[in-house]
Amino acid sequence: MTTTDVKGPESTGDEQANEAVGGAAGAAPVAAQDVLVEDEDRGEAGRAVRAELEDEGIALPGSPASGEDSHATRANRVRSFEVADFSRPTSKDEEWRFTPLRVLSPLFEDLPTEDLEGDPAVDYQISVPEGAPEASTLAPGQSPRGTALVPEDIVSAVASARTEQALHLRAPRGAELADPFRVAITGRGAERRGNAHVVLETEESSVATFVLDHTGSARFAENVEMIVGDNSQMTVISLQNWEDDALHISAHHSRLGRDARLKHIVVTLGGRAVRINAIGEFSAPGSELEKLGLYFSDEGQFLEHRIFVDHAAPKCTSNSAYKGALQGKGARSVWVGDVLIRKEAEGTSTYELNRNLVLTEGARADSVPNLEIETGEIEGAGHAAATGRFDDEQLFYLRARGIPELEARRLVVRGFFAELIQQIDVPEIREALTDSIEAELQRSMN
Amino acid sequence: MSILEIRDLHATVETPEGTKEILKGVDLTIRSGETHAIMGPNGSGKSTLAYSIAGHPKYEITSGTVTLDGEDVLAMSVDERARAGLFLAMQYPVEVPGVTVSNFLRTAKTAIDGEAPALRTWVKDVRGAMDNLKMDPVFAERNVNEGFSGGEKKRHEILQMELLKPSMAILDETDSGLDVDALRVVSEGVNRAKDTTDVGVMLITHYTRILNYIKPDFVHVFVNGQVAEQGGPELAERLEAEGYERFLTGAK
Repeated sequence: MTTTDVKGPESTGDEQANEAVGGAAGAAPVAAQDVLVEDEDRGEAGRAVRAELEDEGIALPGSPASGEDSHATRANRVRSFEVADFSRPTSKDEEWRFTPLRVLSPLFEDLPTEDLEGDPAVDYQISVPEGAPEASTLAPGQSPRGTALVPEDIVSAVASARTEQALHLRAPRGAELADPFRVAITGRGAERRGNAHVVLETEESSVATFVLDHTGSARFAENVEMIVGDNSQMTVISLQNWEDDALHISAHHSRLGRDARLKHIVVTLGGRAVRINAIGEFSAPGSELEKLGLYFSDEGQFLEHRIFVDHAAPKCTSNSAYKGALQGKGARSVWVGDVLIRKEAEGTSTYELNRNLVLTEGARADSVPNLEIETGEIEGAGHAAATGRFDDEQLFYLRARGIPELEARRLVVRGFFAELIQQIDVPEIREALTDSIEAELQRSMN
Repeated sequence: MSILEIRDLHATVETPEGTKEILKGVDLTIRSGETHAIMGPNGSGKSTLAYSIAGHPKYEITSGTVTLDGEDVLAMSVDERARAGLFLAMQYPVEVPGVTVSNFLRTAKTAIDGEAPALRTWVKDVRGAMDNLKMDPVFAERNVNEGFSGGEKKRHEILQMELLKPSMAILDETDSGLDVDALRVVSEGVNRAKDTTDVGVMLITHYTRILNYIKPDFVHVFVNGQVAEQGGPELAERLEAEGYERFLTGAK
């Protein structure tokens, strides 16, 4: 594990670490669902109990996964390109229970991208590195589109069905591309719907980095499909630098070939409500998946990150580390980490970690790690989740050493994110990110 | 030459039972180079005095003044007080996750001095000060107070005092819970700071033991939110022999 924690030990089943797992840190409990009639039979207390039960989150062969049926069948979820196969999410769905459905409801509508003549809802600026073919497009059903990503919820199904030509970026066989592919995705109106499907591909033995940078504002339903060829190395960096009023739901689905490596990085700082479901699937032995995430939720912001790592092949390694800071009234974050080690996935090594740093009263972080293990023949499997709080006593301590309040917060947040940021291999993104975090802090301080 | 003047200081704290007055008119003057021992039984308000001077938000100053070289300390924010030259070595230093000792010290030094310290001399200074306090160099890369033992926390407090070079230092029960070796190391650190920077020291303690290592110029007996009696080092000896009883009977 390359990430050090900020608070609490990291071992599986550790009491201190698990204490905060699934629980919420924050002041007054804030309802996950903004206002929902369906939610009325399940109060805050009910949810807390559920969350506590889940904090073990480990299912061994022969035992049901924490008594949660939906988790025991994590692998058997509906997957389909047909929008009609999915229903609108409700707060009763395990998958959606933390999400403010009313806020995100525009994205549950089956609507086309709202382009006008000469005025697209979402603008795409694409730059392709030297040595790579020009960007091309793929129609539904046109391989490799759909080989990794098959929609698992209504938003993803709509994004797929409503994208006639998916953007296809490809690193050809054996190519080692020094510069990244860049896709600047700019929303051109908070009320306008955008649907997108992007296919990123590294062919056999190639090396490439892809950067997706989301700015502006939109109601954006997005699929990002990653096909990581045998013995290739892919890095994907998805930046959510949206304006305050953007809505964004995204399904990232990667499929790794034999001896392949994927480093998948998600950075979410902007948007009114953002939900990213990042799935990684091993299809052949010897592969390695690293999932990194960083988020900063400020006043009135909802940021949800879900990961699912599907160990469906032997001798694969996955490491996931997500860290989030929260500041301001109504700042919310959700992290749900599911790892499934299937019967055939002998020799698996996996670790997942989530850390949250609550900087002010009135912010709330939920964190739920789940591990399903169907074989005993593994190298190792662990998870840790904890939420720490930057409290008045810490602030007093730092200020009593002459450090002004903003600088004190900066110090703590920088330290919290430092090791994660160091793992982003593109220097200008690293720098921009450091600046963005400073800006977040500055903004929330005023 | 600095002078810290506390005049008729009253402070209250909110408790579940309502507002409670803890400081009931404290008068005290400390000059550069002087060491004042504040001794008193538990619950007499010694720590409240320390935290009130440092500006902890838990305590409300209801009347009185605190000035440092004539400047109104009570009008300053917590960090302004530190930058003005006040230092509080805390009895229970808090953990600050994610912030290494080395990063913390450099940030504090920069804030106090108004400019970043010259890197080469700074690294040497930190190493030297840690060495003197018998702190393992690995401490520099550990998170502030995280997993520190009681003795390590106190050394870390004195390390800061030596590096930040305040004009007035308040040491709040720095001796509590230390074994003899740690007490000696910590006391030597305080004495070094006194020798090199002429710092004025308010040494708050419950026990007389530390006074074998740090010689006070003045001793104040603190009872029920006030200075009940003051004198020279001989007063400490008397307390050692008699305890606080004779003050307590009068106070209650």
